[in-house]
Amino acid sequence: MTKLPRWADVVLVPLICLVIAFVFCGILIAAIGQSPLQAIWIMLEGSFGSTNGLGYTLFYATNFIFTGLAVSIAFQASLFNIGGEGQATLGGLGVTLACLMVPWPHWSLALLGSIVAGAAFGAAWGFLPAWLQAKRGSHIVITTMMFNFIAYALMNYVLVNMLRPLGSMDPASARFDKVVNLPKLGDILGLVGIPFSNKNPANISFLIAVALAVGVWALMWHTRLGYALRAFGKQEKAALYAGIDPVRITIYALLLSGGISGLMAVNAVQGGAHRLVLNSVEGAGFIGIAVALMGRNHPFGIVVASILFGFLYEGGSQLAMGTTIPREVITVLQALVILFTGALPYMVQKPLEKLFAKRGGK
Amino acid sequence: MAAQALGGRQATAAPYAIELRGISKSFGPVQANRDINIAVPRGTIHGIIGENGAGKSTLMSILYGFYKADAGEIIINGQPTAIPDSQSAIRAGIGMVFQHFKLVQNFTVLENVILGAEDGALLQSSLVRARAELEALSKEYDLDVHPDAVIEDLSVGHQQRVEILKALYRQAEILILDEPTGVLTPEEADHLFRILAGLKEKGRTIILITHKLREIMETTDNVSVMRRGTMVDTVRTSETSPEALAELMVGRKVLLEVEKRPATPGREVLKVENLTVRTEGVDRLKGVSFAIRAGEILGIAGVAGNGQSQLLEALGGIAAASGRITMNGVELPLKGHKANGQSRRAAGIAHVPEDRQTLGLIMDFTAWENVGFGYHNAPEYQQNWLFMDNAALKADTVKKMATFDVRPPILTLAAKSFSGGNQQKIVVAREIERNPDLLLVGQPTRGVDIGAIEFIHKQIVALRDAGKAVLLVSVELDEIMSLSDRILVMFDGKIMGERDPETTNERELGLLMAGMTESKGA
Repeated sequence: MTKLPRWADVVLVPLICLVIAFVFCGILIAAIGQSPLQAIWIMLEGSFGSTNGLGYTLFYATNFIFTGLAVSIAFQASLFNIGGEGQATLGGLGVTLACLMVPWPHWSLALLGSIVAGAAFGAAWGFLPAWLQAKRGSHIVITTMMFNFIAYALMNYVLVNMLRPLGSMDPASARFDKVVNLPKLGDILGLVGIPFSNKNPANISFLIAVALAVGVWALMWHTRLGYALRAFGKQEKAALYAGIDPVRITIYALLLSGGISGLMAVNAVQGGAHRLVLNSVEGAGFIGIAVALMGRNHPFGIVVASILFGFLYEGGSQLAMGTTIPREVITVLQALVILFTGALPYMVQKPLEKLFAKRGGK
Repeated sequence: MAAQALGGRQATAAPYAIELRGISKSFGPVQANRDINIAVPRGTIHGIIGENGAGKSTLMSILYGFYKADAGEIIINGQPTAIPDSQSAIRAGIGMVFQHFKLVQNFTVLENVILGAEDGALLQSSLVRARAELEALSKEYDLDVHPDAVIEDLSVGHQQRVEILKALYRQAEILILDEPTGVLTPEEADHLFRILAGLKEKGRTIILITHKLREIMETTDNVSVMRRGTMVDTVRTSETSPEALAELMVGRKVLLEVEKRPATPGREVLKVENLTVRTEGVDRLKGVSFAIRAGEILGIAGVAGNGQSQLLEALGGIAAASGRITMNGVELPLKGHKANGQSRRAAGIAHVPEDRQTLGLIMDFTAWENVGFGYHNAPEYQQNWLFMDNAALKADTVKKMATFDVRPPILTLAAKSFSGGNQQKIVVAREIERNPDLLLVGQPTRGVDIGAIEFIHKQIVALRDAGKAVLLVSVELDEIMSLSDRILVMFDGKIMGERDPETTNERELGLLMAGMTESKGA
């Protein structure tokens, strides 16, 4: 659709969008009497300045890689799965059950167990809306959204009535056994001689997420299923001609999407919190939509966009701690980035196309 | 008021209704029109022919104010005229009849005609005035359209006449028709040409864009030929021939007739019994039965929308159907998830669909991805149980693009970036090179340029000569007559009769296509 050179479309457009978002936010910060330059410095320093800050950034980024990939797979099949939040919530339940119910002898086995359980629970939560859409024509945007609320209510019930340890007032599960704790990223990098702080929650899940991004890339562009998903997403009627079953593809796409959303819990619940709390997803399911948009639905773009959003998250909390800038400003900044990179790239694309056409014409 | 202005212009009595001088237009790196010069004398029918992508539509869009030319000027009745939008085109006396009608389906003829040309906020005065004018026009030009008829109840031919009425009501002195006969029966087309001749007699100027050489020869006074964005030549129709025009269009000699030996039909490949397709509560295909043998081309003639599409879709596994189809002695499923494109391909049926842009190709996919479309599960495109062998698919695409002369031969170009003819070549290459027992072909040459038509026809005949069965569906009677070994005519979801292409003629087929049962012995 766009006539821009590929590099400009993939790199330049998001970058310009990002700069515009930051400029707007800078104006906002200046308006409340703070220095925008100092603010951005605190954010950069806080999230990239030390390996500890970087660890936090990567920890958040890991969540977004999972949810972003999940959204993008459904997107490729033209299915707008906004139920990442609910699917990741259910994934959390799966991971928690796997960690609490089984006396794992070693973290690696526990990791395998929680991957399977998290993916299965997330996929199951994606299956129902997919089935409703494929067989009954209930629109997936509505159903996945509703399933977010159902997931939240279900989690509330399960935590309060079933998983809460006796005597606890907190709607949360018991702490996991230390055996199932995942290796920290700092410890892993230490093994190969790279000094990296292990005082942050970044863990092996980051590597799993990056490997998964490669896996999704291979799936989409090097397997029959990926081919069928993309064909279905581009032209549903043509897919029928080719003998691609719309019911199956819809269900496969949402199973994959939900499963990957569920994997987020491996990082957030098993790797970070070591227990299941009520709001374990913290909006990462929705940020996954922004990440997928900004990453242009490409797994590698999603990894980069996730790190950016990880930076916004971690930089935001640094800002809240280090300055008198209210925390809400960070939310505004995140919203602006989502607005400009996700919803408004056309605003940048058009003038840029004209600019390139002019340069090309000369 | 408009009439007065028009009268004023006519008083200048320039010999040409329209003159275009040095019109150029490019879209990015693509030059769609290059220094076009054309002069259309008033009161003539002027044909414009050219292959797909030759720039005809761009030129007409410039004339109708959809695009702005990069250079050049438009002179109407001797006066340079700027046409920044379609409103100014209408004011300049230009009327356009598009290939796809722009009518409101649930409005009456009258309401459609005044739509956008109302006199004021209240409709009553316009309706009264329009009714009188419409009846006069309708009578004058033998249009036979009732002002109070609702559009959706009218035949395609009548709808087209409403479009013409719309233009005439807006005082169009110059009428442009874009591929007007594509959707008409031969009868309706004849009527259209009678109307055009009447308009010409009354001094109106008509520009006819078409790719059908026969229509050009029969109706136009002059003809301009476009090729690759340039105007190659303008000649008097009486001084040229179809062969000469075809050569001008393509730039080389073209065989207009399909050369083929008599068929040698063998065993029965496909047997269709009582096939019925029902969509949205309406039977589109009503109990059709026929059989195709190996080594023959069975042509299905008919006006678009009489069940041919449903026939192809049912056979191709796209639409659910009832009845019975037997392929090589094995009954194929017609419903449920087993009736799909994959199982049909496995049974030896290949399918070149009628609409390559919504069915046959994924327009955003690259050429090589499209060559695997529908065959993405084929074992030769797999590396192992998990991964596809993209390299093998690409290598195969290179081969197919070379054999079928797909241009440009760029593997990674998106399907949408190829011209219509080359898109079709990709589809035909993919389906024919599989060497299927039965090839279903729908509108193989719709929107395809003459050079490619010749090539595609040859491929279809070659497949037949290799002992395969072909089911050809086309709305182009010429195509049906020249390719088929047997012809079935469809009307309203039923088969009206079978004819031998050697002994039948267009008139007889045309009557069957219009649903008139044969008068025996005629």
